[in-house]
Amino acid sequence: MADNINLSYIRGEMIAAEPPPVSNRNVAGWLRTNLLATPKDVVLTILALALLAFTLPAIFNWLIVQASWFGSDRSVCATIAQGGIQPDGWKGACWAFVQDRFQQFIFGRYPIDERWRVMLVGAMFVVLLVPLMIPKLPHKAINAILLFVVFPVVAFFLLLGGYFGLVRVDTPLWGGMMVTLILSFVGIAVSFPVGILLALGRRSHMPIVKMFCVLFIEVIRGVPLIMVLFMANVMLPLFLPVGWTIDNFLRAVVGVALFASAYMAEVIRGGLQAIPKGQSEGADSLGLSYWQKMRLIVLPQAIKVVIPGIVNTFIGLFKDTSLVAIIGMYDLLNIIRLNFADTTWITPMTPLTGLVTAAIIYWIFCFGMSRYSAFMERHLDTGHKR
Amino acid sequence: MTDKAVTAPPPKRDTTSLLYDPKVRSIFFQVLTVVVIVVSVMWIAHNVSSNLARSNTASGFGFLNGRSGFDIGQSLIAYSSDSTYGRAIMVGFLNTLLIAVTGIITATIVGFIIGIGRLSKNWLVAKLCTVYVEIFRNIPPLLVIFFWYSGVLAILPQPRDAIQLPLSTFLSNRGLTSPYPIWGEGASMIPVAFVVAVIIAIAFGLWQKKRQMRTGKQLPTGWIAAAIIITLPLIVFFVVGAPLTFDYPVEGRFNLSGGGTIRPEFVALYLALSLYTAAFIAEIIRAGIKGVGKGQTEAAAALGLQPNKTTQLVVVPQAFRIIIPPLTSQYLNLTKNSSLGVAIGFPELFSTGSTTLNQTGQAVEMISIMLIIYLTISIVTSLFMNWFNAKMALVER
Repeated sequence: MADNINLSYIRGEMIAAEPPPVSNRNVAGWLRTNLLATPKDVVLTILALALLAFTLPAIFNWLIVQASWFGSDRSVCATIAQGGIQPDGWKGACWAFVQDRFQQFIFGRYPIDERWRVMLVGAMFVVLLVPLMIPKLPHKAINAILLFVVFPVVAFFLLLGGYFGLVRVDTPLWGGMMVTLILSFVGIAVSFPVGILLALGRRSHMPIVKMFCVLFIEVIRGVPLIMVLFMANVMLPLFLPVGWTIDNFLRAVVGVALFASAYMAEVIRGGLQAIPKGQSEGADSLGLSYWQKMRLIVLPQAIKVVIPGIVNTFIGLFKDTSLVAIIGMYDLLNIIRLNFADTTWITPMTPLTGLVTAAIIYWIFCFGMSRYSAFMERHLDTGHKR
Repeated sequence: MTDKAVTAPPPKRDTTSLLYDPKVRSIFFQVLTVVVIVVSVMWIAHNVSSNLARSNTASGFGFLNGRSGFDIGQSLIAYSSDSTYGRAIMVGFLNTLLIAVTGIITATIVGFIIGIGRLSKNWLVAKLCTVYVEIFRNIPPLLVIFFWYSGVLAILPQPRDAIQLPLSTFLSNRGLTSPYPIWGEGASMIPVAFVVAVIIAIAFGLWQKKRQMRTGKQLPTGWIAAAIIITLPLIVFFVVGAPLTFDYPVEGRFNLSGGGTIRPEFVALYLALSLYTAAFIAEIIRAGIKGVGKGQTEAAAALGLQPNKTTQLVVVPQAFRIIIPPLTSQYLNLTKNSSLGVAIGFPELFSTGSTTLNQTGQAVEMISIMLIIYLTISIVTSLFMNWFNAKMALVER
């Protein structure tokens, strides 16, 4: 018996650990697997490096090294031939221009003495928004009501004025970042509930309601936003009784909100379709009413599924507010463009600098939103993958 | 228990239960909707007619035959300020189609390259493509248009100092001036030859398929078809005596004369829309390819297919099915975004339409014309893509 035991194969000692794969061992290994794996990869890497070597120094030079940082008029950003102080052939960003006009980029032509009102509204917005965005903090319902019901009313009176001893500041004086943010906020706040109603209407069993919702959604989605804004601008005054006027700003708000609602409706419909029928039937068998069923069972699940789509719509809406420039409003992009023709700062480098500034601002907002949506997606992921 | 159920009185039909009857409620709500819609439409119609009456605007589409009186910088058909408003709108419509077609082709090619690049095993290439996508997805298309128009193209030199490119092409702030082809007699035979070549190529493809079914042998169909399509028009071109001369641009003292010019408005709009949409298409392509299960690739490898055959026969056909629906909406977005040309003065549909509206004051008519054209473009594109989608989906077993 003892002999038999000895015959069986049992390894007595541990095998020595294998060396880590080449790619993990050192820098050279990483380079070999990630950049130089095949001859094709070598060529691609060389091409990419050449592209970087060609563009990066030029961009860096333009943005920082050659850039003109301080000054109060165009001379710091113009070459001698153009009537400035820079050597001929100079090319660089004109940050002095951005610094000089930054207040205008934010507030537009809002009176300087009254700008504290805009800043107060901005501060209120941040104070209400930040706790709403942090999932751990309590009192979400009160917070949301404050942000979406109370805050707009307070902000309206604060910004427009004319009451409580505040000077009235009419909407044509509004401009810059402020207008971009107001349009986006109203668009988001209106399009979400309206979009839910339209999506429910489109899936309703009532043929007339369904037809109306389909018609609205498809017409709005079939035409460009400029067309919708233009319709709001030209048609709204025609639709109202003789003698009524409607504020230009309000027309743009209506156009943006209608447009965003149609897109939001389609996103939410996608979520509603992804929820199995059993959820809805289960709610019915519990005796819940239609609105209870939607509010407590279907919508929370449906919206969770389409959070990326909703945020994408918000990002699209934020970017699309730039189109109000075409109906003559001065949002962030248009107020920057307005300054290109200003004789104080007119140089060949002003437009590019202004547009790069606008691009950076838009990019920070949109990229921030997309990162936040990725975070929420992970946070809400309960592991129920369908 | 059962006794109770039997002896229980039958449920009373009273007014409260009628209120909770889904059928009754549904009818009530629909009637309510119809009433609200009809009343508001009547109210709006009344307001519109009284507003129009007050501003003395005649209604009807007769204004389309009037003389337009405005010039259009770029036109595919003959147009002058003496042409009618109807023709001006036609010019705009054709320009919209031009920008849409060229933009869609470029955006698809660039998007495909970037999308594949993001999936590359080469770290540097993947990161560069990611940077491209993240930059363009997060800035407004209008800003990209302005970037090219007033940031880049406007600071190019004056025409007299134009940058000279190969093939006597000049780049200046008036646009890209290049030799303009002038077709001579017999040139109309070349498109005919092209159509004939395409028909022959399709017939050859069908014959090849039959042959493959019968004998199991393959021919390089793609190469042969391409050769037919290229060679036949070329032969015809030389047979009719090469009827092609070029009008070369000549550098004058202050300006360039001769040649054909692509205006900076077109270049800015075309580049901006192509590059912007390409970022979205890249993401769609990437998602489509990643959406094909890994098991498919492994199964293909197990069957002994070469890696590029695997891509061609297994991955791409399946990825296509995921890609087509979102790709359609990107194509439509690009077409709709072409209306942004109005901001830099490119004469597309919205631009010529709104100029007409401003000159004639025919708001209701002009807006309906533009609405109908845009909706028709949308519907035709979606119908075509739905048909294409259904054709692709049939492959599924």
